[in-house]
Amino acid sequence: MKLPIFLDNHSTTPMDPRVLETMLPYFVEKFGNAASRNHAFGWAAEEAVENARKQIAKLIKADPKEIVFTSGATESDNLAIKGVVEMYKEKGDHIITSSTEHRAVLDTVKVLEGKGKATATYLPVDKFGMVSPEDVRKAITEKTILISIMLANNEIGTINPVKEIGKIAKEKGILFHCDATQGVGKIPVDVQDMGIDLMSFSAHKMYGPKGVGALYVRKKNPRVRITAQMDGGGHERGMRSGTLPVPLIVGFGKACELCEQEMAKDTTRLVAMRDRLEASIMKNLEESYLNGHPANRLPGNLNISFAYVEGESLLMGMKDIALSSGSACTSATLEPSYVLRALGVGTDLAHSSIRFGLGRFNTDDEIDYTITKVIEIVTKLREMSPLYEMAKEGVDLKSVQWAAH
Amino acid sequence: MAYSDKVVDHFTNPRNMGSFKKDEEGVGTGMVGAPECGDVMKLQIKVQNDTIVDAKFKTFGCGSAIASSSLATEWLKGKTVEEAQKIKNTDIVQELNLPPVKIHCSVLAEDAIKAALADYQKKADGAQTDAK
Repeated sequence: MKLPIFLDNHSTTPMDPRVLETMLPYFVEKFGNAASRNHAFGWAAEEAVENARKQIAKLIKADPKEIVFTSGATESDNLAIKGVVEMYKEKGDHIITSSTEHRAVLDTVKVLEGKGKATATYLPVDKFGMVSPEDVRKAITEKTILISIMLANNEIGTINPVKEIGKIAKEKGILFHCDATQGVGKIPVDVQDMGIDLMSFSAHKMYGPKGVGALYVRKKNPRVRITAQMDGGGHERGMRSGTLPVPLIVGFGKACELCEQEMAKDTTRLVAMRDRLEASIMKNLEESYLNGHPANRLPGNLNISFAYVEGESLLMGMKDIALSSGSACTSATLEPSYVLRALGVGTDLAHSSIRFGLGRFNTDDEIDYTITKVIEIVTKLREMSPLYEMAKEGVDLKSVQWAAH
Repeated sequence: MAYSDKVVDHFTNPRNMGSFKKDEEGVGTGMVGAPECGDVMKLQIKVQNDTIVDAKFKTFGCGSAIASSSLATEWLKGKTVEEAQKIKNTDIVQELNLPPVKIHCSVLAEDAIKAALADYQKKADGAQTDAK
């Protein structure tokens, strides 16, 4: 076993060596521009891109023509939301989204609101982090042009009832955008069955390269139109100009193919390791609380709050394991996780959360090591915690008058 | 963010971690911060003949908060009550090489020192009044 261990697979994933292999010829040897229609270099590049488009479309049960390449999921989210708001402004300006969406969705919607281009409803989630389809239905107004709800949450892994939401959207004739960045390649996604009109996802979350993503744009029933956010050569059916990064796209395609072939195997392994990690932690560390849905969540996700200890210190104590925390000290905004807050997790427990993100290349040995380390560091930090001491003495921490700072 | 070697050292080998009994003679306790803010420090001093003979801490917080309070206990030991009043958060920032986002940890440590000293003073004054 090699240290450090990577258990932060929601942030990114290591590239599968098989993906790299397929990419290599497209850097030096087959370097052509896929938009060059008049020579063999261009044809080779175009062929590679179209092959990848097929592999990607197959994974999500779409038509290859419905795949628009972007630089990643953030761009896809921006393109989908801004593109729809601009294209359909005659129809209305209301967007329905949820409070636990990724910042790429939330900030995009907020910017549109700020500019007076859109109004928005931010739906709450239940204590497991799930959006209620009924809430979506109730939030619809005559002005609603877009529903944007994520497939699976990046912090807590909770999977939303996307199919039900898609059904409501269809029924009401409203476009449905789904940020599926964490879900594609990990759980079955079928844009037909789920009634999705626009869907963002990214290669580097599924063992592909960084710097490439896609926006699925439905072609029929209904034919979705979006206003391009970048002007130029009119690539990608006019929706996203810019020379295609052929090696990245080839890698993206291969990554999708591998995910499709190995999803069942990966899921079985990940769930077994994740459940073992969870059970061992819960058995050995009292007052550890699972964040997110107990069953309906991504196979590799485990998010736990360890009462009385602060998240960043936990990470520091496990410096040979790469993890992430919802603690304010680890965020750029110095606020604890807004996702955990939206679930109703107290600020104190939000500061105490750790996200374990398991992926294809993690091993049983690594999980064993992690279990030992987590128990060791939580125990050590609790010994050091005045809150733990007070709780052990029977002090109700909620009744204490703290001097907030 | 990379931590300074000194922060790592104090975090890995905290000095004077633990508690005195609050009602023990000569003990002053300072508790500052709030769980909602992600850090709570408890700092205790034991004073004999106006000199701090021992100090202990317990901290809920990030590595820098733990290091700041650990360092504070080291510095407090052997100082007179008056000298202890002069410990400034900027001294802690300098010693631990804290980045700007972690300056509040040093402020909290200074507050904890002040609170422990005030608690000791209050108890000492109370004892004097009782004696009269």
